[in-house]
Amino acid sequence: MDNSNSKRRNFIRTGLALGLASVAGATKLLGEPDEKKPAHNHTVKLLSPDGEIVEVDTADLKVETHEHAGTMARTITGREGIEGRKFVMVIDLGKCRNARKCIVACNKMHHIPEEKEWLQVKLMKDNENAAPYWFPKTCFHCDNPPCVKVCPVDATFKRSDGLVLIDNERCIGCKFCMAGCPYSTRVFNWGEPEITEPATCPPYSPESSTPSKHSTVEKCDFCPDMVRQGKLPDCVTACPNGVFYFGDENEDTVTNGSETVRFSQLIKDKAGYRFMEELGTKPRVYYLPPSNRMFPVERGFKNLTDDQKARFKDVQ
Amino acid sequence: MNIEKTSKSLLKEFWPQMSKWTTRELIWLGFWGIIFLVGLYALYVQIVEGHVVTGMRDHVIWGVYIVNFIFFIGIGYTGAIVGGLLHLFDAEWRKPLMRIAALMTVISVIIGPLYILLCIGRLDRLYYLFIYPRLQSPIIWDVVAVMTFLVGGILFLYLLAIRDFAILSRSEETMPAWRRKIYLFMSAGFINTRMQRHDLKLALNVLSLLLIPTVIIVSSVLSWIFGMTLRPGWHSTIFGPYFVLAAVYTGTGVLVLLMYAFRKLHNLGAYIQERHFVYVGYMLIAMAAGYGYFTFSEYLTDWYTSEKWNAELIHKLMDLNQYGWMFYFANFAGILLPILLIGIPKFRSINTITFSAALLVIAMWFKRYLIIVPTLETPLLPMQDIRPEYVNYSATWVEWALTGAGIAMFMILFKVASKYIPIVPIWETSEMIEKEKQTKAATNGQPQPSLS
Ligand code: SF4
Ligand code: SF4
Repeated sequence: MDNSNSKRRNFIRTGLALGLASVAGATKLLGEPDEKKPAHNHTVKLLSPDGEIVEVDTADLKVETHEHAGTMARTITGREGIEGRKFVMVIDLGKCRNARKCIVACNKMHHIPEEKEWLQVKLMKDNENAAPYWFPKTCFHCDNPPCVKVCPVDATFKRSDGLVLIDNERCIGCKFCMAGCPYSTRVFNWGEPEITEPATCPPYSPESSTPSKHSTVEKCDFCPDMVRQGKLPDCVTACPNGVFYFGDENEDTVTNGSETVRFSQLIKDKAGYRFMEELGTKPRVYYLPPSNRMFPVERGFKNLTDDQKARFKDVQ
Repeated sequence: MNIEKTSKSLLKEFWPQMSKWTTRELIWLGFWGIIFLVGLYALYVQIVEGHVVTGMRDHVIWGVYIVNFIFFIGIGYTGAIVGGLLHLFDAEWRKPLMRIAALMTVISVIIGPLYILLCIGRLDRLYYLFIYPRLQSPIIWDVVAVMTFLVGGILFLYLLAIRDFAILSRSEETMPAWRRKIYLFMSAGFINTRMQRHDLKLALNVLSLLLIPTVIIVSSVLSWIFGMTLRPGWHSTIFGPYFVLAAVYTGTGVLVLLMYAFRKLHNLGAYIQERHFVYVGYMLIAMAAGYGYFTFSEYLTDWYTSEKWNAELIHKLMDLNQYGWMFYFANFAGILLPILLIGIPKFRSINTITFSAALLVIAMWFKRYLIIVPTLETPLLPMQDIRPEYVNYSATWVEWALTGAGIAMFMILFKVASKYIPIVPIWETSEMIEKEKQTKAATNGQPQPSLS
């Protein structure tokens, strides 16, 4: 790879990440430059929400720790979206080999046990003659979310930044949203939930979605607490094959951690589509068709236990 | 006045039934009491351990609880709509049945919603429905609908009973003073003046008129809990009327069963007569035909177009290794058989009508099960879950125990109610008897068709 090119990429990558981090802080501070702050006299470049590159003093940057994000989310209730953002995800089906690293990372991040899967990788086969392919599925954070429509108490809600989140302190556990979601995204805590590594669990907020609360509904949340810290959702960074691209539709940029691309261009070049468009749910997750596969589908069975293999017997 | 005299003699006849409990009745009560207590224990288990003790899991998120909810609520709606319609058409023969219909309404509409509570994971947060309600949610529509309806149903029961309360409070039978006092209070000062009669009639007419659209609305709202989702077998435009008809059909079946039971147990053969069974039987045929038609057109359109998930669902329903038996039982025993048994005059009798009613009530319960469970087992995306209990639903003892508890509650409440309020309305039945006497006299003893 050409060195200068990779540098540029790296710059955009950090830029995007920081841009995500500082959106609440930096945009506000940029508007009020006189505010008294200890100056570090050290500036960094980052992408503003409008897609411009700006220089900001590091003293003005909030670099959140996980805990901090938690408390911050608490004061802002988690119901308001991150200003100016419109998160999207693109999943490249051609690159997935069912490595299941995303699932492991997601479960670790959210302190949920192995058998509970917010993120699932299905084996799909569209018709008899079609070749089967691996299909990672997050919550689609639909723009016309049927789950949100039916919630009787506003426990699941749509934010201005596109995310559909759940307030587990509000949820009454009626499961109506589970009936409403056509993609079987949501899971329920049928009994007392198992919380893995509770010691490192951040305080609950709709943005951290953890620790799990009994008899309430949970699902993939696109890790907004990570995003507030300028980090990518864990599935994105965990994937060894760069399947997940996460970014901001307003900025028209998505990144899988090693490559940052124009969202619109990617969708255009690779014929991106949304899953079951005909349902009218308007997902915020786009798929790139499983063409030009990097791996044969069989690779996906390699590291599976027999139990896990048994899941897919209907498809094979 | 003749009506007063007749009602006095009617009360005399009913009073022994109302004033003391026989051993048989106490055993009956004890039996259902035990079933109810088992249900309470199951409820305790469910509250302490969570819904993990039920067969419901992430795919099949609702099970027999919601089936029972639809079932009981449906029965409740029927009492009101059948009672209301017959009242408005002033079908004279209806009168001895009105109390059963009204009681059925109130009791079922009390029991039904308890089942929806069993589906709610966090009962400790139930009041959020009132402090954070979102009007977009069909659940909120249903909460409003059920509560409105409960008020309407209780009013209907009460207005129909005022005259009997008045009779009871002035009766010559011996009863404890407190009981007489309550009757007096409940009679709301009714002393049978012309104005009171007029007002009461007006109130009942208005209420009947209001109850009919209310039932249609609340039943439809119930169906929209399902119809508003993007699920095969649920997302159907006919679900509203389909549920209305299903509710009334089942409820009328239950009405027949109750008529039969009280006729036998309370020796009411003189008042709940064969013709009542026959008339209600005719209503059943009409409803079965309508319901059959809906069912046919629902399945036919799904099957004909064979959209992927609909085809999968229909296959599941018809496959004898899956839901086939239940499907054929629900649709043939529940629709076709009653039509034949009641429709062919040779078969028609109190016993066959009651048998058909029992058959259709059970079949309709299964029908609701078929609407709920197979659909939830047919998600749009493949389940690919290794946990078998997550793939296929089967109800656990907790769910069955609580189902039993609901039936027990129905039995107990009905029995207790029958001790405090005559199961055959005294006033209205006397009115009917007098009227029939008059017409008989007028036509020189020629028997008259009494369906007015
Ligand atoms: S995928 Fe399901 S849970 Fe996620 S937003 Fe869409 S409907 Fe809601
Ligand atoms: S289960 Fe919770 S989030 Fe889902 S609809 Fe009910 S209250 Fe809302």
